[in-house]
Amino acid sequence: MRFPSPVLRRVTAVLASALLATSALASEVNVYSARQEALIKPILDRFTEESGIKVNLITGGGDALLTRLRSEGRNSPADMLLTVDAGRLYRAREADVLQPLHSDFLKKVVPANLRDSEDYWYGLSVRARVIAYNRERVKPEELSTYEALTDPSWKGRLCIRSSGNIYNQSLVAGMIATEGADAAASWAKGIVANFARPPQGGDRDQIKAVAAGQCDVALVNSYYYGAMLQSGGEEEAAANKVALFFPNQDGRGTHVNVSGAGITRAATHVAEAKALIEFLAGEEAQHWYAERNNEYPVREDIEPSKRLQSWGEFESDSVDVTDLGRLNAEAVMIMDRANWK
Amino acid sequence: MEIATRTQALPLSRRSRANLGWRVPMLLTAGVIAVPVLVIVGSLFQGFSPVWEHLLATVLQDYVVNSLLLMLGVGVGTLALGLTSAWLTAMCDFPGRRFFNWALLLPMAIPAYIIAYTYTGILDYAGPVQSALRAQFGWGYGDYYFPAIRSLGGAICMLSLVLYPYVFLLARVAFREQSTAVLEASRSLGKGPWQTLFQVALPMARPAVVAGVSLALMETLADYGTVAYFGVNAFTTGIFRTWYGLGELQTAAQLAAFLLLFVFTLFLLEHYSRRRLRFHHNSARQQPGRIVLEGWRGGLACAIAGFILLAGFLLPALQLGQWALERWGDTDLSAFSRLVGSSFGLAAMAAAACLLIALLLGYGKRLHPGPVENQAARVSAMGYAVPGTVIAVGVLIPFAWLDNRIDGLMREHFDISTGLLLSGTLTALVFAYVVRFLSVSLQTVESGLARIRPSIDESARSLGLRPLAVLRRIHLPMLRGSLATALLLVFVDVLKELPTTLILRPFNFNTLAVRAHELASDERLADAALPALAIVLIGLLPVILMNRTAGAHEPQQN
Repeated sequence: MRFPSPVLRRVTAVLASALLATSALASEVNVYSARQEALIKPILDRFTEESGIKVNLITGGGDALLTRLRSEGRNSPADMLLTVDAGRLYRAREADVLQPLHSDFLKKVVPANLRDSEDYWYGLSVRARVIAYNRERVKPEELSTYEALTDPSWKGRLCIRSSGNIYNQSLVAGMIATEGADAAASWAKGIVANFARPPQGGDRDQIKAVAAGQCDVALVNSYYYGAMLQSGGEEEAAANKVALFFPNQDGRGTHVNVSGAGITRAATHVAEAKALIEFLAGEEAQHWYAERNNEYPVREDIEPSKRLQSWGEFESDSVDVTDLGRLNAEAVMIMDRANWK
Repeated sequence: MEIATRTQALPLSRRSRANLGWRVPMLLTAGVIAVPVLVIVGSLFQGFSPVWEHLLATVLQDYVVNSLLLMLGVGVGTLALGLTSAWLTAMCDFPGRRFFNWALLLPMAIPAYIIAYTYTGILDYAGPVQSALRAQFGWGYGDYYFPAIRSLGGAICMLSLVLYPYVFLLARVAFREQSTAVLEASRSLGKGPWQTLFQVALPMARPAVVAGVSLALMETLADYGTVAYFGVNAFTTGIFRTWYGLGELQTAAQLAAFLLLFVFTLFLLEHYSRRRLRFHHNSARQQPGRIVLEGWRGGLACAIAGFILLAGFLLPALQLGQWALERWGDTDLSAFSRLVGSSFGLAAMAAAACLLIALLLGYGKRLHPGPVENQAARVSAMGYAVPGTVIAVGVLIPFAWLDNRIDGLMREHFDISTGLLLSGTLTALVFAYVVRFLSVSLQTVESGLARIRPSIDESARSLGLRPLAVLRRIHLPMLRGSLATALLLVFVDVLKELPTTLILRPFNFNTLAVRAHELASDERLADAALPALAIVLIGLLPVILMNRTAGAHEPQQN
């Protein structure tokens, strides 16, 4: 068979070279990332510019990457695992695929409750689970806590996505950690009783439903709201009808989760991986998370972006995010029993 | 049956040589391809965790009922849409038939979760249709009834719209390959056109129709993106919830194993129910003439085909196009063309690999129709009913095990480390595609072979042709339509494939589907539109090319 064009020939050559494993270069770091390429690549490119270290990337679901890491064992090419919630990092440590990273810098800047107590991983950015409310139909004075949303006065007025979503699972896990399993179970039942519609769609869909009046309040992650405000067009218009409220300010604080990273046990580029994690906790990257992704910096000494500041300051729950991972399965079972779809 | 009798009449030495020639590679290949499925089924022997009690007590019943309803709905939906379009384009003539002949394949190129996203954008409470209704009539929430798109019914519609082409393609080939004599015999015996359809043409096309529907149903069972987005608690939701939420990979694999056993049972039942039936006919291969639909009948036929095309392709494609235009300025074209190249190459390789293996297994079964061969082919084609991520795990584990064993031996004896030889390479990825999509090409090839009379094989063999020569000189030319269909289906499936690619790919390797999904799952639908549209457009290319091959004989016959 003749190849009809040089383009096709080149594509074939590229594919053929990738059919077998190729040997490693010296100055590079291999990252398994649960954070999507579009949300991490620009800052990784900045790291390469600054350090000369090439970053190789595979993105995918946190648990799937973890499974790959586990089965590849000591020969895994991955040097670093990056996830978008603390629970997966907890699981990675449990699965014994991480090694401790001792960094005075990281220990200094990352708050103790947002990293592993034995240095296996560090939180890098913070996302808050907040109440989004319709500006016309709800006054902020009516809002106070997550718990208050179970009041019968909210019956048929609450939107939230399915309990399969990790951030809902973390929210309930955090509640188990601070208030106990019984309180979390009755909270889940109370929330289910107030659903305006069966759980469906993503966080943006909840915000849109609040804007359109299908429900009055929704529990969402703050950065989706920010992304909608940045998007222009219909989504921006919808977001403008909605405002955010940070619950539980007089008590344990608003629930937060982190994205974070750790170095794998199989790592062959430990120094490079350490440099990358420290870079991601550095000033430039921390500002970038806020500006570009509307996430809160993990560092207390760095100001959030102007947009984030305009939503107001808030106290975050000081629960150790490790507990979110430890209690995740229990949270799912509680939601199953509450018939939270 | 007839072949088996004849083979026994051959001298022993020749028979066993023929057996070795086909049986050994066939069983070996089937065995290797079955490994990931067996890894998953093997989880059943590893003990059941206490989580099972929780699942049984709370959610499992919901998962099972919803999945059964989903299968029922998609079965009816794909049959209705697929048979209608196949019958109209293959057996009738109406204005626009030639256009619809290929255009009705287009929905196949749209990934199910993408069509779900676009229809949600259009029909949701906050979307343009309902907003316009509310503005027009001054309604508020709860004042009017509008079917909820994100529901079980919505999922059935979405999946039916993108999966009916399986039925369409396979049934169309079957209809075209039916002999005019059989259909005319029916008509001359006093049956009308409708009776001929339901009592002769459809029953004769049964292997093809069953193959098409079972492909659609297997894909339905494996779907995760659509049901997850619509909040439908189907069985796949359960598998992933158990894995991700409860952190129980083994229990998740056990759930997947039960899914496999269920599908396997369905296959056995179907096979059993048609065990005494044969679907080839003895008349000359002359294509049936078309029923010419004129006047309002022609208009109606055109309208029906047009509606299917509109709902399955034009509306979602227009929505994607509009989104893509909004974001055109932000697009990095050179990165984008690399994506196109890698997606295209990967899909082509996987389609070719699947076709070769399907021919090996399909023809092997025909040569040696024994229980071992049948089950080997069956098991190796089970991957289609399993969610891609689960298949990926089934591929990951044995590959990594093998690599690590080799590495361990090399370290021990030669003090060198070979690292991972195959894990994380495109070889592993293409292998996974074969595991996942072999069913598509195998069913297509088998249903094609089933329509060729065994007496043809016998005549050829008795004239001294070896089995390979029979395949090459007689079957392949006769199967041209089925082969093109098999290539096309796998090509488009791989183009759309997401979860397996995501987890098994090498570093820095992206495809269009990966890009589209990453953006869509971050709820950035507008940004996802361009790669999604590109999948559709690249899918178009082979649809047109192969449709030409599949239908090449038409003009001379008309």
